[in-house]
Amino acid sequence: MTGTALAPAPVIRDEVIVEPAPTAIRSVRAQPRYHRRLTAASGLGLGVAVLWLSLLVLIPLAAVVGTAVAGGPGAFWAALTAPQTLNAIGLTVAVAAGIALLNAVMGTIIAWVLVRDRFWGRGVLNVVIDIPFAMPTIVAGLVLLSLYGPRSPIGVNIANTRMSVALAIAFVTLPFVVRTVMPVLEELELDVEEAASSLGASSWVTFRRIVLPSLAPAITSGVALSFARGISEYGSLVLLTGNMPNRTEVVSVRVLSHIENGELGSAAAIATGMLVIALAVLATLDLVQRKAARHDS
Amino acid sequence: MSHPSLSPRRSLAALTLLIAAWLTACSNVAASAPSGSGESTVLSIVGYAVPAEANARIAEAWQQTPDGQDVTFETSYGASGDQSRNVLNGQPADYVHFSVESDVTRLVDGGLVSPDWKSGPNKGVVSTSVVVLAVRPGNPLGIKGWDDLIKPGVEIVTPNPASSGAARWNILAAWAHIAANGGSDAEATDFLKKLLGNAVALPGSGRDATTAFTSGTGDVFITYENEAILARQSGADFDYIVPDDTLLIENPGTVLIDAKPAATQWLDFVLSDQAQEIFGETGFRPLNGKAPARVEGANDPENPFPQPQRLYTIANDFGSWEELSKTFFAEQTGIVTQLLAELGKS
Amino acid sequence: MIREPRPLKLALRWLVIGYLILLVLWPVSLVVTNTFADDLTNLKTAFTSPAVLSALRLTAKVTIWAVVLNLVFGVGVSLLLVRYDFWGKRVLSTLVDLPLSVSPVVVGLALMLVYRRDSAIGGALYDLGYQIIFATPGIIAATVFVALPLVIREVVPVLIEVGDDQEQAARSLGGSGWQVFWRVTLPSIRWAVVYGVVLALARSLGEFGAVKVVSGNISLRTQTATLAVEETYANFQQGTAYAVAFLLTVAAVACITAVSLLRPREDAS
Repeated sequence: MTGTALAPAPVIRDEVIVEPAPTAIRSVRAQPRYHRRLTAASGLGLGVAVLWLSLLVLIPLAAVVGTAVAGGPGAFWAALTAPQTLNAIGLTVAVAAGIALLNAVMGTIIAWVLVRDRFWGRGVLNVVIDIPFAMPTIVAGLVLLSLYGPRSPIGVNIANTRMSVALAIAFVTLPFVVRTVMPVLEELELDVEEAASSLGASSWVTFRRIVLPSLAPAITSGVALSFARGISEYGSLVLLTGNMPNRTEVVSVRVLSHIENGELGSAAAIATGMLVIALAVLATLDLVQRKAARHDS
Repeated sequence: MSHPSLSPRRSLAALTLLIAAWLTACSNVAASAPSGSGESTVLSIVGYAVPAEANARIAEAWQQTPDGQDVTFETSYGASGDQSRNVLNGQPADYVHFSVESDVTRLVDGGLVSPDWKSGPNKGVVSTSVVVLAVRPGNPLGIKGWDDLIKPGVEIVTPNPASSGAARWNILAAWAHIAANGGSDAEATDFLKKLLGNAVALPGSGRDATTAFTSGTGDVFITYENEAILARQSGADFDYIVPDDTLLIENPGTVLIDAKPAATQWLDFVLSDQAQEIFGETGFRPLNGKAPARVEGANDPENPFPQPQRLYTIANDFGSWEELSKTFFAEQTGIVTQLLAELGKS
Repeated sequence: MIREPRPLKLALRWLVIGYLILLVLWPVSLVVTNTFADDLTNLKTAFTSPAVLSALRLTAKVTIWAVVLNLVFGVGVSLLLVRYDFWGKRVLSTLVDLPLSVSPVVVGLALMLVYRRDSAIGGALYDLGYQIIFATPGIIAATVFVALPLVIREVVPVLIEVGDDQEQAARSLGGSGWQVFWRVTLPSIRWAVVYGVVLALARSLGEFGAVKVVSGNISLRTQTATLAVEETYANFQQGTAYAVAFLLTVAAVACITAVSLLRPREDAS
């Protein structure tokens, strides 16, 4: 049972299409070379696609950057380094990174159990993992508030604390590492593992030396996606964390606050910072996939 | 090419049908809801965060009258400043009901509201209340008035003055507590600084602040009396104190220049005794001074609107909204703006 | 095959089960519990509220638009990225992936800056009679934005894997571009398209942050189901909030169950 929606998309280079990371273990296939020039029809199609993406993505994001720098570098810097904003950035990055690492471990374990273990209810768990991806974020917050908030049936109340930020982000980023690792685990050729254990290697050593390196690119991709998702999360935190300045306030809430206050320049400044991080994450993913592909060939 | 076997095709069909059915059902259910017969007018109300319930009840009452019979309402409620800016930015509105006068002035400056909007006998005000202090049940910290709020360790919830009207009323009330009793500007500023220093959350709107407080944030919540009453009416569990000295809250309501004609009739109804009584039932202090016989959620439902010993007003103690907006809330130079920047909060 | 010692195997299994129960299963089940706390009262109150019905209808409308637009452009962009060469291909690829990592609040801000009445483009559109922000088109735009990559990321790998031999053969046999697309390409990617559509559906149903910024939250006009959940929760109507949340959850689970049931069969055959 594979889910490729969250697996990294293949890198499109100008001449060669590189296989995505999850297939890095497979034996090398002939890389298709596409040199098809655009025909009239596809050229038109490209024009429409470019127009569409410009109107929807490119121009709006450019407007964000434009608004951010319109007030001059002083205002831009002031918005980013305001103490409350710095605290929000610190909290968001720290929690997203921490949870990304947690996901690296738990995600791999979950993938391992789902692929290698057989037990009743495995199919149900496989669906459960995707619930956080499909569920509206505001509902996710409501859902977590039900169990871990003031009206908790088990008496656990972590609403308005930093733990709640971690909880919400753990919830929404659950699927990412699992879904990037599972396809790789499924494709793993078992003869190497068999050889290792017949040579006397313990399970742990085999795992550490044979399996883990094969999983490393997938785990890294999943961690990058989890981190990117974690820092941009908003909806699930609204009801659960109390959005308390300097305590439980995340970057998205800062941006919204500035928007509601009519401070669009400051909002855009912080948003630009977040875009830079998003691009950095995409660049990391790109790099990881290239390395994995080179490894493969 | 792979051809899936029949069984998954059936499951796919079944599930797709399920989802499609759900979507269609929602469309159909909503579409079959009866719409007004004949000429049906739609009035757009853009309001600040807390009068949704009051306006809804008043609208229901108005729809029983000949004037309001074929009128339906589209409503949007949120932080007063935010909503005001949205109307400037193109959000459709026929009637606006904001928390503070400066949010209407913004629309006057933008050419959307006539400059003589407050020339009537009610001076543009449609609802009034006072600033109160909400505390946890039983008042564990023994809060009696404004001075108790600046004690160290008292956690206050008050909205963000940049977006919320409620926040401005709260701050002005705190200022008046010092300045209107002989305190100097410096002393009042210092009081405000300590007060805002104790704020653990600055939610975007008055309603957001209520949600924060009822969800467990803070020890004291500064809010409109009407919001405290309505929350308790709706089941929230907290107490509130009307301080000995507090500020009269006056919320403006007006129609826009190119609003539909029904909007003016609506405004007339809002100012009528019937509507004001409904306001009273939801915790506002009626303009005509006649409180309803019983207001659930008030400290004393039979005497819901006690007169404070000292009631400050904008007219007496602050001059005009234009002046005080500049003095206190101007973007870079306002007293409050600067205080928040110093405290590292915004 | 690694044979981990049985106690470890069991421990890992129960760790995973426990983690998923505590993090996902139990909280989600509480939505069901809380919705039906007063039997059907909450659902009845929700379904008789014009505001809620309008919100559900708006969400359905926006979702259908967003899915159709992302389907058409998703398949188109995937074909362009995989089957053709052109300058700026990498930029296009990056642009398409970007929405996955961008905060929804930033999406809302971006659209608002360009399409509000004050701005150049928005002002021009407003004069022509088209309102984007604080109206349904803005909500659709925001929803399309956030779900943009989903169809593409499903279709591109399959297009690569399938290769273009069949398409080339069809072309050499005299098929026109459209015939080749409709008869050869599309059938070969149909399952990927289905998965992409279902995922885009789930994502579009649930969009919240971006819509909050661009919609104006106008009850009966621009308030979506997710905004209705937030507003009813804050307006002391928690029962209604849970009822709407329950509906959205059912839809979300239905979507991913559909995808989950279909995938293994497709891989097997």
